[in-house]
Amino acid sequence: MEKQRRKVLKSGSGAALLGLLATAGVIRPGMALAESNRTAFEARSMAATLKAIGAASLVDSTEVQLSGPDIAENGAAVHLGISSTLPNVTMIAILVEKNPNPLAVAFRLPEGTQANVQTRVKMAQSSNVYVLVKAGDRFFMANKEIRVTLGGCGG
Amino acid sequence: MATSPTKIRATAKDGVAEVKVLISHEMESGQRKDAAGAVFPAWFITEVTARHNDRVVLAADFGTAVSKNPYLAFRFKGGAAGDRISLTWKDNKGETRTDETKIA
Repeated sequence: MEKQRRKVLKSGSGAALLGLLATAGVIRPGMALAESNRTAFEARSMAATLKAIGAASLVDSTEVQLSGPDIAENGAAVHLGISSTLPNVTMIAILVEKNPNPLAVAFRLPEGTQANVQTRVKMAQSSNVYVLVKAGDRFFMANKEIRVTLGGCGG
Repeated sequence: MATSPTKIRATAKDGVAEVKVLISHEMESGQRKDAAGAVFPAWFITEVTARHNDRVVLAADFGTAVSKNPYLAFRFKGGAAGDRISLTWKDNKGETRTDETKIA
């Protein structure tokens, strides 16, 4: 199944084909990263990414914290820390709005793992960075604008 | 292609283990071009799994926007000194590597 999906992506007649598969029920939006979900990483806009993740409704929450620099000198490695005081967090995703593919990374947290992760991401240009947290069946988010003085994806 | 070891540091305090990981990987995004304008093909880690003894404590899906030589830090309940912590990654070329350490 997983392999099949990848082959489809590679063969690459893109969105139309994916739409067809979605209606045929081969891939469903809302598979929601319980399993690895590569389609979300291929999405080119925030809206499409959120749809692929299955986050239909989002709630801004003060219980989700995103820490990072206000100004990043080097967009190739922007250090981000995410933590949340929400209970039952099962997924944390980082989305950089103005990157070619907004979804940078999605963490799946089993029970016992705290909603507290750090990583480094690339940013093509100054952008809003969103962090999406799935707690129970609901999605919460926080965002932060990070200015980049040197992009990390060009060259 | 040979892969380089993943550096893993794990410490336990008050029943909570903190794990810091530095993976050695190019993480080529597929967006960069060389001087002649040819695109460097994408080469990046797609999946990372961290285990405490044999139990998964963190799974992550990476896109191309994770930095070169990815850094991760996370915490989980229940680690004790001497327990095994392993980290496995897989990239889009099918290369995979597992490294292991003990909680200090």
